[in-house]
Amino acid sequence: MSSNNFFNKVRLLKLKDNKLIIIIIIAAIYFVTIPLFFRNSSYLLSVIIYSSILSCASLGVWLTFSIGRINIGQAAFVGIGGYATAILMTKLDISFWISLPLSGIIAAFFSLLLGFVLLRLKGIYFSMITLTLTNLTNLVFLNAVFITRGANGIMNIPRPGAVNIGNFTIIPSFRTDNYYILFYYLVSIILIVCFICVWRLYNSRIGWIFRALRQSETLTQSIGINIIKYRIMAYTICGFLGGISGSLFVVYIQNIFPESFKVADSINYMLYCFLGGLDYIFGPILGSFLLTIFFEMLRGIQKYQQVIYSIILICIMLWIPNGIFSIKLSKNKEQIKNLR
Amino acid sequence: MINQMIINAIVLGSTYALIALGLTLIFGIMKIINFAHGQMYMLGTFVTYYIYNISGYNFFIALLCTIFVLTFIGVVFEKYLFHRVLIQAKREEVAMLLSVGTALLIENSALIFFGEKRRGVKPIVEGVYHIFNAYIPVQRIFIFLISISAIVIFLLLMQKTRTGRALRALAQDKEVTYLMGVNVNKLSMIGYAIGASLAGISGAILALEYPIFAGSGTSISIKAFTMVMIGGAGVIPGAIIGGFILGIFESFGYGIFGGTQTYLLIYAFLIVFLIFRPNGIMGKPWG
Repeated sequence: MSSNNFFNKVRLLKLKDNKLIIIIIIAAIYFVTIPLFFRNSSYLLSVIIYSSILSCASLGVWLTFSIGRINIGQAAFVGIGGYATAILMTKLDISFWISLPLSGIIAAFFSLLLGFVLLRLKGIYFSMITLTLTNLTNLVFLNAVFITRGANGIMNIPRPGAVNIGNFTIIPSFRTDNYYILFYYLVSIILIVCFICVWRLYNSRIGWIFRALRQSETLTQSIGINIIKYRIMAYTICGFLGGISGSLFVVYIQNIFPESFKVADSINYMLYCFLGGLDYIFGPILGSFLLTIFFEMLRGIQKYQQVIYSIILICIMLWIPNGIFSIKLSKNKEQIKNLR
Repeated sequence: MINQMIINAIVLGSTYALIALGLTLIFGIMKIINFAHGQMYMLGTFVTYYIYNISGYNFFIALLCTIFVLTFIGVVFEKYLFHRVLIQAKREEVAMLLSVGTALLIENSALIFFGEKRRGVKPIVEGVYHIFNAYIPVQRIFIFLISISAIVIFLLLMQKTRTGRALRALAQDKEVTYLMGVNVNKLSMIGYAIGASLAGISGAILALEYPIFAGSGTSISIKAFTMVMIGGAGVIPGAIIGGFILGIFESFGYGIFGGTQTYLLIYAFLIVFLIFRPNGIMGKPWG
């Protein structure tokens, strides 16, 4: 009787039964199995941590893809979030747990301001200006020496401390030796929360407005929707996710320089979305995990790493241009042959 | 001082205009941004280095070789990569990502083949003129003359020849160009190759002045995008205007403000400019 009620409530969340089981399995793997078996392999944990942080930023880029814009400027907001956390933690001694949402808000604020200007541009122009945005922030960080210490960067950023209420420790301090596993949990939880938020957003009324914007902004405007408000909303959330991602990066590698987040990183976030498939919310996460793991596997042939990476990229664009998730849909080979 | 900056601006502007013309042509006919434009420029510099500097041939032979190499690469890319993707992809962004992939490919292959060392090319002509209270190295005049002639030849090509007319038609409307009986596949190949060789030519001539290294492509790409954004994408006069404007800004900026702050101000100006004219000076609205 009680399980009936449970599944009924779950159906309200628009999940089917088998999907729930998949989610439970994934959660089990994520939170129990991997820490259990790989507790001591800091290399594997660091790869997963790195991929998870990248997925947060890519989720933001995915959101701008969902309104039909190609955003190649996410590294700018990751950098803003990173520097915000670095400055808050080193100069103002604010705890990481407050700096994290604060950096997200600061990055979102800048993306809000820039969104008013940049989102007027359409198509190619928007992509080109976002490309220069990353260069712009790099130069700003380089030149604003009084805040950011310029080319010297900010180093020795402390790891997150403990969160205590009275004598009870809610979150243990990260300043111990086994901080990899703690970072793993932190990053995974944040990634899952971000994913659920983006998923709920995309399946809500606002998400459908985003879909409409992607198809045609003029038509959306013609049915009375305030397109400026909604596209700025998407861009701001993208900036927020970038800020969170930058904040996590900075406490993980514990330093930041003006060139830490370059144009190549912006292009990478966009790539991860593409690889996973632009129609699926899980796409950017899958894309970033796959490409990061793949890149790590190439580490043995250090010299040729980038060239092989770019060749694989070109091959992916030639043969699975619509992302990995779309492979199972195109079972009809006739369709592809007829395109020649 | 001002005279010096003006002279620098004119020389720089003409070479930048050449780069922007190539990018605008490729965008106009294929509606994709050639991310690899800076990398093609970089290939031009290396071909010139190896043929002119190492092997000691005449500079114009090096220039011709550059044109051949870049045309070949352009044809191969268009025929085997872009053509297939432009037919197959559901979304139009795939072609853009492909061009990002080609840019990465060229840049990293060059890094492997040529190494990371910065090289220089020996000057063609020695000497400095002193006119209008400014110093102009003779080499800069040489560069200016070559780039201006390249621009003029390109404009004549686009205006007077059949191929040029077909390219302009393709930039206006692809389907009607098919209806006019033009072999659009071959034409796209030719157009892409012309765009690539323009990048190569500007690489060959700027190799005389600036250091040559495998990473020089990225900054040239960004400059090319800036020029096209200022001037308007897909419009040939816009590219020339954009090139000269960037040349003026850069030259005056370096003179007045100095290195790191110049481009900061240029980008800030760009963003403010785009508030008022989102499509550039002469660009057509997108979509």
